[in-house]
Amino acid sequence: MTEQINVPPLPSEPSRLVNFWRGLVYAMRSNPLTAFAMVLFLLFVIAALFGEAIAPYGPLTTSSNTLQPPSWAHPFGTDQLGRDVLSRTIVAARVDFGIALAAVGISFVLGLWLGAAAGYFGGWTDRIVGRMVDTIMAFPLFVLAMGIVAALGNTVWNIVYATAIINLPFYIRFARAEVNSRRDAGFVEAARLSGNSAARILSVHLIPNILPPMMVQVSLNLGWAILNAAGLSFIGLGVRPPTPEWGIMVSEGANYIFSGEWWVFFFPGFALVLAVFCFNLLGDGLRDMIDPKGRT
Amino acid sequence: MIAMIAKRFASAIPSLIGVIIVTFVISHTLPGDPAAYFAGPSATAESIAETRARLGLDQPLPIQFLTYVGDLVQGDMGRSFNSGQPVLTDLARRLPASFELTLYALVFAIVVAVPLGLWAAVNPGSWIDHLCRGTVTAAAAFPSFFTALVLIFVFYYKLGWAPSPIGRLAIYFPIPPSVTGFLTIDAVLAGDLATARAALGQLILPAISLGLFALAPLARMTRASMIGVLGSDFITTARAEGLPRRTVLWTYGFRNALLPVVNILGMIFSFLLGANVLIEQVFGWPGIGSYAVEAVLTSDYAAIQGFVVMMAVLYILLNLGVDILNMIVDPRVRYDD
Repeated sequence: MTEQINVPPLPSEPSRLVNFWRGLVYAMRSNPLTAFAMVLFLLFVIAALFGEAIAPYGPLTTSSNTLQPPSWAHPFGTDQLGRDVLSRTIVAARVDFGIALAAVGISFVLGLWLGAAAGYFGGWTDRIVGRMVDTIMAFPLFVLAMGIVAALGNTVWNIVYATAIINLPFYIRFARAEVNSRRDAGFVEAARLSGNSAARILSVHLIPNILPPMMVQVSLNLGWAILNAAGLSFIGLGVRPPTPEWGIMVSEGANYIFSGEWWVFFFPGFALVLAVFCFNLLGDGLRDMIDPKGRT
Repeated sequence: MIAMIAKRFASAIPSLIGVIIVTFVISHTLPGDPAAYFAGPSATAESIAETRARLGLDQPLPIQFLTYVGDLVQGDMGRSFNSGQPVLTDLARRLPASFELTLYALVFAIVVAVPLGLWAAVNPGSWIDHLCRGTVTAAAAFPSFFTALVLIFVFYYKLGWAPSPIGRLAIYFPIPPSVTGFLTIDAVLAGDLATARAALGQLILPAISLGLFALAPLARMTRASMIGVLGSDFITTARAEGLPRRTVLWTYGFRNALLPVVNILGMIFSFLLGANVLIEQVFGWPGIGSYAVEAVLTSDYAAIQGFVVMMAVLYILLNLGVDILNMIVDPRVRYDD
C-alpha cells in the first residue's frame, strides 16, 4: 500500500515575458521620469514609422499661406514656402532617427568587437586599437566629423559614417575595459580549457556578459548622435533641403527670427530637444535598472 | 617632476603623428581639384597640368606627405583659396575671438555647475538633488545652436536687452589696441570701459549658449566626486573628531572632490571648441569655427587642413596642460606607463 504524500503544487514559474513585463512596470513606477521617456520614445517611433500617414499635410506641399503663425489649421504655423511645420517636424523624425540609429549601430558593432578583441588578446592588438582610439580622441569630435563629411562628400550616408567614427572610441574603451576585467574569470578559463577558440569564447562567453552595460551606453549615445547629425546639417552638411530634417529646418527658420516668425525654427528645434532628452532619460533609467550603484 | 612632464609630453607625440596622417588623408580625399581651382576659370588642360606640377600635386602621395610634413614643421599651412592669405595668418588672426568666447563659456559653466553639483551632493535625494538632475539632463538635451536662437529671439528680438547678435563688437565702438587679443581685456587695459562693456554684452548670449552644453558633465562629475569623497573614511573621522561642518565640507571634502573635476576640464574644453563651430555660425562670430565652416562648404582644402591640425594640436596641448596641472596639484597622480 502506497501512501500518497500531498505535496502542495509549486507556484509555477512565471514566463519570461511576464517577468520582463513585471520588471518593466517596477522600473517605471520607481522612476516616473523613465516612464515619461518611454511614452515619448514610443511617440517618436510612431512618428518615424508612420510619419507620412499621420502628418496632416504633405511635408513638401507648398501653399500661398507663407509664414503663418500657429493656428488650428497649422498648429506649428507654416514656413517661408507655405509648408506645414507640424507635418515637416513629424516626417523629419524618420530621417533623424534613421541617421542616429544607423550611426550608433555601426559604431556599436565595430566598437564592441574591436574593444573586446583588444581587451581579450592584449599585446599588439591592444596597442594598435588603443592608438586608433587616441588618434580619434585627439580631435575635437564635431570638428573631426565635419572634416570627414567634407572629405567623403556631402551625403547623408557620410554623415552616418562620420557620426559612427566619432562615437567609436566610447564603445571600444567600454568593451575593452569590460572584457579585460573578465578575461581571467573562472568561466572564461573553463571555456578555454575545454578547447574553445578565442572567437567562440568572445562571442559566446564574454560579449553576452557585457551587453547589458553596453545597452546603457547605446541609449545615452543615441541622443548625442542625433545632436551631432542635426548639428552637421545645421551648418549645411549632409541632408539637403527640401528634405524635412530638424537641423536644416532650424537653420532655415533662423533667417526669420529677426522678423519675429519664431515658429519656423522653434518647433523642429524643440522636437530635437525632446528626442535627445528622451534618450538621455531612457539611458539613465536603463542604467538604474542594470546597475543601481552607478547612479550619479 | 620635470622628467615626468617630459615623459608625459613624449607620450603625446604618437597622437600628434596620428593627427597629421589623418588630416593629410582627409584633405587629399576632399572632392574638387585644387589644381583646376588655382589655374582659374579660363584654364586649359595644359595650364591645369602646369599648376598641378607647380603645386606638387603630380607627385606620388608619400612624397606629397613628406613635403606636407616639412612645410608644417616650418609653420607653413598653405594658402586659403577664400581669403588668399596664408592659412596660419588667418587662423592666428581669428583664434583669439574663439578663445575668448570659449573661456567665457567655460567660466559660466563652472560658476553654475560646480555649486549646483556640490549642493546636490551635500543633500543627496532631496528636492535640490532632483532639481540638479533635472536641470542638468534638460540642459544636455539642448543643441547649442537651438539654445542660441531661442536666446536671440527672447533677449534681442522680444526684450531688446541684448545687443544685435552679430560679431564681437558693434561697428561704432573703437577696436582697442591688441594686447591679449581678448577684446574685453584689451579694452579694459586701454581704459575704454564703454567698449569693454559693449564687448562683454556681445559675449553674453553666445557664451551662455555654449556653456549650457558643458553644464551636464561638469555638474554630474562634481556631484559624483563630492558624494564619493563625503562617503570616505577620512570624512567620517573628521566628523567624529567634531570638526565644524564647514571645515569638513570645504577643507576636507571640496578640495579632494575638485581633482576629478579639474581632470575633465580638458575634455570639456574640447567639447566646447567643437560646439564653438555652431555657435560662431549663429552669431557671426569672426572666430576659427566660422572660418572652418566656410572652408568646408567651399572645399577650401588648405584652410580645412590647417584648421583641423591646429584644433587637434591645441587639444593635445590642452590635455597635456591639464595632466601637468594635475600632477602639480595632486602629488598622488603619477603617469607611470
